[in-house]
Amino acid sequence: MIRITRKVEFSASHFYNNPNFSPEENRRVFGKCNNPHGHGHNYTLEVTIAGEPDPATGMVLDLKELKDILQREVMDRMDHRHLNYEVPELAGKIPTCENIAAVIWQLLEPKITRGKLDRVRLYESPNLFADCTAASSNGAGKRA
Amino acid sequence: MKLSLTRRYDFAAAHRLHSARLSEQENQRIYGKCNNPHGHGHNYALEVTITGPVDPATGMVANLADLDPFVEREVLAAFDQKNLNEEVAEFKTVVPTTENVCREIFRRLRSFPAARLERVRIEETSKNSFEIGAEDFA
Repeated sequence: MIRITRKVEFSASHFYNNPNFSPEENRRVFGKCNNPHGHGHNYTLEVTIAGEPDPATGMVLDLKELKDILQREVMDRMDHRHLNYEVPELAGKIPTCENIAAVIWQLLEPKITRGKLDRVRLYESPNLFADCTAASSNGAGKRA
Repeated sequence: MKLSLTRRYDFAAAHRLHSARLSEQENQRIYGKCNNPHGHGHNYALEVTITGPVDPATGMVANLADLDPFVEREVLAAFDQKNLNEEVAEFKTVVPTTENVCREIFRRLRSFPAARLERVRIEETSKNSFEIGAEDFA
């Protein structure tokens, strides 16, 4: 099996706030990420597809097709957006790196027609990233 | 699906690769310039990966406000700007190769209470890296 990875970057704003928490609790749990005016990141997304190369093309999945899927499903939804207000799939969720990665996995998985979605890695900064993988990939089976 | 979170830290430390089980000649042959008795140093990059269910109330596997001070207390305070051979008790008897540094850091971090430690990865330089997973740690 071969794994191929495509990388895209998007910029977006967000803040963390749970309406069920008191203002004090929100500040305690989320710290400066609770600033209601929001703040932003340059996110880097790495999407990995696993499969066998098609003997006729030598490709697991045409990277052009993957690029178009990422443009449609991720970039058009999230690039230069406010993740709290403008992405319906994140409504009611705290837009943490973990939750954004999980939403991206759910958006991409049904769109991958050749090979299988193997990993979604989302960098919020060079020092922090979340990985979303198939539960069966190592048997841990934790639900997002 | 399964989610994990990786946080990257940096520390700078000196070490010397020298095994008391080997002769001087063998140490020099095996470790080469890393056997220099005065030691040498690296800027190490440490990646700590944790996994577990995402708390619906916070959207987090674990709060970085808990992970950062834990890693600071258990690892960085003991390793950053230190001589690993002289100042970290474990390396009085164990050669501080980055393989062994990985294992020692995993041992120090595995009691993190808020999530399960999945992996410790260290870049000793930009050209080499070492990692240990929960399945490898015995």
